[in-house]
Amino acid sequence: MTPPFATPSPPPANADTPTAQQRETATTIFERSVAGRRAGSVPSCDVPERPLDELIPRNLRREHGPQLPEVSEPEIVRHYNRLSRRNFDLDTGPYPLGSCTMKHNPRLNEKVAALPGHARLHPAQSPKRAQGALELMWRLERSLAEICGLPHVSLQPSAGSHGELAGLLLTRAYHTDRGEERSRVLTPDTSHGTNPASVTMAGYEVVKVATDERGGVDVDDLRSKVDDDVACLMLTNPNTLGVFDENIREIAELVHASGATLYYDGANLNAIMGRSRPGDMGFDIVHVNLHKSFSQPHGGGGPGAGPIAVSDRIEPYLPVPRVVRSEGGNGAAPTFDFDHDQPKSIGRLRGFAGNFGVFVRSYAYMRSLGGDGLTEASEAAVLNANYLLARLSEGMTGRYLPLAFDRTCMHEFVLSGAPAKRELGVKTLDVAKRLLDFGFHPPTIYFPLLVDEALMVEPTETETRESLDALADAFEEIVAEAERDPQIAQEAPYTTPVRRLDEASASRRPVVRQTL
Amino acid sequence: MTRYTSVTDADRQAMLDAIGAQSVDDLFEQIPVEVRLDRDLDLPPGLTETECFDHLAELAERNAHADAETCFLGAGMYDHYVPAIVDAITQRSEFLTPYTPYQPEVSQGGLQVMFEFQTAISELTGLAVANASLYEGPSSVASAAYLAIGATKGRRKLVASRGLHPHSRQTLETYARGFGAEVVEVGLDGGVTDAGELAAAVDGDTAAVFLQNPNFLGAVEDLEALVAAAKEGGALTIAAVDPLTLGVVRSPGECGVDIALGEGQSLGGRLDFGGPSFGFFASTGEHLRRMPGRIAGETTDVDGRRGFVLALQTREQHIRREKATHNICTSQALNALGGVIYLAWLGKQGIVELGELMARRTAYARERLAALDGVELLHEAPVVREFAVRLDAPVEQVLDRVAEDGIAAGYPLAREYPEYEDALLVAITERRSKRDIERLADALARAVRASRGEPAREEVPA
Amino acid sequence: MADESYPEELRYHPEHDWARVDAEEATFGITWYAQDALGEVVFYEPPEIGSEVTKDQAYAEVESVKAVSDVYAPLSGEITAVNDAISDKPELINEDPYGDGWLVRVKLSNPAEVDELMDVAAYRKLLEDE
Repeated sequence: MTPPFATPSPPPANADTPTAQQRETATTIFERSVAGRRAGSVPSCDVPERPLDELIPRNLRREHGPQLPEVSEPEIVRHYNRLSRRNFDLDTGPYPLGSCTMKHNPRLNEKVAALPGHARLHPAQSPKRAQGALELMWRLERSLAEICGLPHVSLQPSAGSHGELAGLLLTRAYHTDRGEERSRVLTPDTSHGTNPASVTMAGYEVVKVATDERGGVDVDDLRSKVDDDVACLMLTNPNTLGVFDENIREIAELVHASGATLYYDGANLNAIMGRSRPGDMGFDIVHVNLHKSFSQPHGGGGPGAGPIAVSDRIEPYLPVPRVVRSEGGNGAAPTFDFDHDQPKSIGRLRGFAGNFGVFVRSYAYMRSLGGDGLTEASEAAVLNANYLLARLSEGMTGRYLPLAFDRTCMHEFVLSGAPAKRELGVKTLDVAKRLLDFGFHPPTIYFPLLVDEALMVEPTETETRESLDALADAFEEIVAEAERDPQIAQEAPYTTPVRRLDEASASRRPVVRQTL
Repeated sequence: MTRYTSVTDADRQAMLDAIGAQSVDDLFEQIPVEVRLDRDLDLPPGLTETECFDHLAELAERNAHADAETCFLGAGMYDHYVPAIVDAITQRSEFLTPYTPYQPEVSQGGLQVMFEFQTAISELTGLAVANASLYEGPSSVASAAYLAIGATKGRRKLVASRGLHPHSRQTLETYARGFGAEVVEVGLDGGVTDAGELAAAVDGDTAAVFLQNPNFLGAVEDLEALVAAAKEGGALTIAAVDPLTLGVVRSPGECGVDIALGEGQSLGGRLDFGGPSFGFFASTGEHLRRMPGRIAGETTDVDGRRGFVLALQTREQHIRREKATHNICTSQALNALGGVIYLAWLGKQGIVELGELMARRTAYARERLAALDGVELLHEAPVVREFAVRLDAPVEQVLDRVAEDGIAAGYPLAREYPEYEDALLVAITERRSKRDIERLADALARAVRASRGEPAREEVPA
Repeated sequence: MADESYPEELRYHPEHDWARVDAEEATFGITWYAQDALGEVVFYEPPEIGSEVTKDQAYAEVESVKAVSDVYAPLSGEITAVNDAISDKPELINEDPYGDGWLVRVKLSNPAEVDELMDVAAYRKLLEDE
């Protein structure tokens, strides 16, 4: 059976014949404006048309309206449709970005999120008239608690980074409540950039912990750095190298013995659902990325959500409001409410209750799969990653883009393009750009920083075997091509709507808006 | 159960053979025995798509939403009309499903949208530069505090008007504990920020002053005068504004602020019980390199084609790590797309007309309610989309009674503003017609009459 | 971009910074190796004239598209001049790292420190081992 999107031969490798999209000059919606055109109309005034000056004094009013576009509806639709086709997307082809978990976004979730009872519910509505929403949130919390192995949950953080900041502020509140002032937070050199950035925002100093030759935390190094000035250790497990840290219990004991908290970055949760739980590993605080393991679409950069699950000792500090359930008396149904009365809470991290629309989608996903299905998803994710790794370890790909840490991987793995750079003169960047011509989104490149010329690959469980084979075949073509003529990859891509862009100029003399 | 995987027994066998493993369990060997979950997850079994849909629909049924009743709720999010083209475009696979544009050659759609969005926000606020979105309003306020603390090198005081959304003030306080900063509140007088109190509160240790316009009570503030007072001490001036009122309200840029930001939900966003929406963030050019979040920049490709890339990435966490201007990674790109589509649809004329309509209807509604027996205005400052009234009856009872008439009359202020007893915040968007306003006036009058003299609900013994 | 070179008359610091010493004064910059590793420089904000720099400590940052690098002082002293041209044209650091791409001029507080720096041969050896 022919895979539906495998290319029979390498795509064109010259810029002589521009594609149709390449011939189209990028035009902004503002540039399409023609004075007097418009799309929407505003209802006519059915109340007395009092002069504005009477209602709002002139000195408080705007004299010249903002320069918004002047275009008709067909023009808007056509503009954004054409623009959309200048994007590669997950519904079109594989997107093996490491630590991003680009799994299929089920359309059922969009359908239920659009139900008026969810989409048209005002956040300031009285909780007694929003029982469906509160119950959904409560059930989502229970599900996350079970998956993470930690009983107390807040859905409030809006993204993973937001969850990390929450976790660190919870840590601070915890230590302060015990009369302690700690100033440092440990994080491995393989950690995602949001971890150290969050540490600084929470008022702590970052201290790096080394990685050992197996790819896990260097326990000796950790032991030398843990003391009573350390507030927290932030980890992810499996880590960004895609390997499970087998010393996790020892690490947890070390950290807890010193009184610090242990934080879990849930970006890699897709590897272990139903197989292991961060709470059981000893973590105190976990954030979960609903836009990763729980199928919320990435939207080109959000929205997502980063709910947190915490242990008993951290529970008092959780953000408000909390979602609470009361038993109905005499066989009546339980009721749900927001509880703002939590004296030790760190307070709010944002307005209202969080990204509820994301909760609806992730909740629908969890109910669709059930416990069995979530476990199966993780198993398939790990199977797919190991299979893809096996394919990529063959042939020239295996030779020029070898695995960085020689261990069975979990849901993702990291290759090093150092031999390709050294022997062929082709960098990881060039391989990635050539992959674009083959119709694939490249893996994550140049992360983690620990690996030279890194390629971090995460296929996820929703890729078919055929699509993994097609991806492996494309890698093999590209490496073979590079051996023959490295210049092809060095000047790729050739077939995308634009070719390599001058990023230096964009940052030297930034132009971040249209001049009107 | 529903599955989105495709792996059959035959697939699994072939793949295990290629890997050289006996079973899928082998692949999980590296998890130490003591941390393996040795039971099934205690979650309900999976549902078919039809069962799942029914369950979610049943939950939805138990929410009093804005299509089932007439909604006068505001308090930061508003029932504006969202044109059909917003969903039609944002539901497209090419916008819904890609990741952040790290490979710009195949992300020109998303990057150009960011550039257009940044342009629109810059235009609305009257400030030179804007980013591609933050999470939402209140956390954007806190993000501005982080910028101000960095920019003023060691100043630790944050002065915030009581007119700022309570969620913004609370969020600011939460984050401030991480920044090692202190939040000092300045009170209101006649519904607007007390200018004298503000001037007195700003000193050499003040990193930033936070104002909101229109403020939480719906009042249009004299932002320019307040900013002038605050600027004396070298503090940054930060204004939380509502984008949809900026057709008629003086822009924060014209008022001389350093940073303008706020909640973007009113630009084509769903109510969605509070999220997802987006936060916008704009500043003078001086603060560009300290700005949080993604910024798209214009450039050219090797063949001279116009294109867009993520610019100034060295501010961001993936490069700067502990020295990043902010920790944000995923923001609210899809909602920002909805925002720019909405603004294109509303257009240059539309935003002014909309502002004028809302101002007139809101003034009318305020007059009608003030004329009711047992209802008085909390303040008489100019308003554009929202106003506050005080009731001569327990507000919770009144709201319950009015709800029976299919109306959500407004947001009770007591929890966050205990000084305003039995007060209500009422929002009038372009969806609330004169007839709706009459219905509200009528229902409110009856409810106040019926609830008057009754003890507040909490006092009634169970 | 400049061709790889390491001028004879300069002294070198292991963090890939150079010093051109002229009696009690010196000019600092980053070496060809450093600008090559960074890639195209997009931003550099000079320190204040009059501020102190300390040998082996970072006194500024150079930014490329995808990286930020600390710039280390090879010697201690007080800054007497900064290269303003780089603010408008940061690419000068790539194009002419030893000439137009100079970063700061310093009045040395401890000229004896010069002896601790490497000559070009020692620096080339360091690069080979890198």
